[in-house]
Amino acid sequence: MSFIRNAELVPAPARRSLATLFSNVSRWRVPLSILALCIMPWVLPSQALAVNVLIYGLVAVGYNLLFGYTGLLSFGHAAFFGAGAYATGIAIGAFGVHWFIAMLIGVLVSGLLATVMGMLAIRTRGIYFSMVTLALAQLVYYAALQASSWTGGENGLRGFTVSTLHLPGFSVNFLDPLVKYYAIMIVVAAALWFVSRVLNSPFGAVIEAIRENETRARACGYDVERTKLLSFILSGILCGLAGTLSAMHLSIVPLDSLHYHTSGLIVMMTLLGGAGSFFGPFIGALAFLSMEDIFSLWTSNWQLIVGVIFILFVLYLPKGIWGTLISWGKSR
Amino acid sequence: MTVQLIAMQLFSGLALGAVLIMVALGLSIIFGMLGIVNFAHGALFMVGAYAGLYVAGLTGSFWWALLIAPVMIGLFGMLIERFLIRPLYGRSPDDPLLLTFGLGYVLVEAVRILFGTDGIPFSTPAALRGMVNLGIGFFPLYRLFVIGVVVAVLLLLWIGLEKTKFGLIVRAGSADPLIMRVLGVDISRLWLVVFGIGVGITALGGVLAAPMRNVSPEMGTLVLAEAFVVTVIGGMGSLPGAVIAGLIVGVSVSMTSLFAPEMATIVMFALMAFILLVRPNGLYGRAASGL
Repeated sequence: MSFIRNAELVPAPARRSLATLFSNVSRWRVPLSILALCIMPWVLPSQALAVNVLIYGLVAVGYNLLFGYTGLLSFGHAAFFGAGAYATGIAIGAFGVHWFIAMLIGVLVSGLLATVMGMLAIRTRGIYFSMVTLALAQLVYYAALQASSWTGGENGLRGFTVSTLHLPGFSVNFLDPLVKYYAIMIVVAAALWFVSRVLNSPFGAVIEAIRENETRARACGYDVERTKLLSFILSGILCGLAGTLSAMHLSIVPLDSLHYHTSGLIVMMTLLGGAGSFFGPFIGALAFLSMEDIFSLWTSNWQLIVGVIFILFVLYLPKGIWGTLISWGKSR
Repeated sequence: MTVQLIAMQLFSGLALGAVLIMVALGLSIIFGMLGIVNFAHGALFMVGAYAGLYVAGLTGSFWWALLIAPVMIGLFGMLIERFLIRPLYGRSPDDPLLLTFGLGYVLVEAVRILFGTDGIPFSTPAALRGMVNLGIGFFPLYRLFVIGVVVAVLLLLWIGLEKTKFGLIVRAGSADPLIMRVLGVDISRLWLVVFGIGVGITALGGVLAAPMRNVSPEMGTLVLAEAFVVTVIGGMGSLPGAVIAGLIVGVSVSMTSLFAPEMATIVMFALMAFILLVRPNGLYGRAASGL
């Protein structure tokens, strides 16, 4: 009721301008996100928070490709995040590989893992999918725990530090927090541009068709299984890329990065911000990590508060922060 | 000696499988009826173990804990269904899943606040300590007791589902809830009760498992993954599937820990991957509908 009355109060031109605003925001989504990322370290209370938002934002963006756009609810994306981080860390620490090659290896390994896990998980449908991805991710977790000579087991992987990024012609001091932030941001910006291109491509239209009606997409002649697998792999690769960035940022890979808890974190961030929207995942990561920052100041049990907020979102705002804003803007 | 060792390990596997059966049964009953996957299941298993600890501390008796804790947690489960899950019927099947995931997160944290973050040992009741001679070797009495309780619960469940009017309504309700509603059955009350029973069985599994492992807030995570493995192998929503798969998983884990201990945590997941390749719907699964 109140919404309808509000709509009447807003004069027609204002309504139109709101709609154009949203379509403009959508058209300039990559430059706008990069702009927002550029100013983030100056706005947020700490640079550590800003880097975390950057890395987890990328994870959520990658996850959103699968959950938000393809409609597949995976509970195992920590496996790709962790695999990317471990592969990069091992490549640098044990083999002394150049950081750029190490990043490529991290992305490659997580992509391979996503291919194997995807091929198994795609065989199942609906609710099964969530259970199978969770179980397979637990398999990766226990494998990493057992292979402690490579992964460091419970202590996590240590002993690799990237202090300078050697690039052709010049090198960058990776220990300076601000330089580090912008170096990571360049990678994230490139990934965002890539995701935007994917979403605008015919492939992007097909995955949304599968989310809306799988049977109909199949009837239209699309190879649903292959499309799902490709979406799964792309999503895994993006999470793996975030993992490599996290490894280079922290100079340590905690075993927890492979844990079910991390998979859940990714799901929560994506849903809080708004699954199936371009800006949603980053907003979700920002909201989640800020809540962690604020609540953990006055209670060690901040997860209780965050969990309750998450439950309230599932019940009353399933479209998340950004999704709700969009539909609110459209209904005006 | 080796034959004896293998036989003993087989029995340990049965005891391990018995607990898995309890968790997977609860999960399967809820899924078969309500069509939702309860991601808080592992957390409720853990809460059940803590409730057992609490009741045992209050009454000083393990037997009261075994009796009261599952009922308590079952009633708690009914509250969850009534106030958190019921508003989500008719929405995407992902929504109850996400909600129960969040609930699991909250429950773990709440237990941390109430009971602390460290694991608490749960002592085996005096009457069940010691070993029994099985002819082939000595076996812990408590594990035999666990197997016995699970067999009794399975029997009760079977009688309840196959021989009573309530069981008839439950089976009909899981086959076609719409027709049941047309026939004048209050299906939402039925779902409430079934959810409570499913959660109560899991909580009983938690109390039974408590003396075999330490009670800690994190114990539910592994159990949740294990229960998923069992239900995927057995076939979602199938009760015989849950029993058979629970035994298969329990025995293969204990056998692997005899021959290749470092593989013990991994083997069940590998088993699941294999089953997925051969029979994507599980051993007893119905062909996946559009769920």
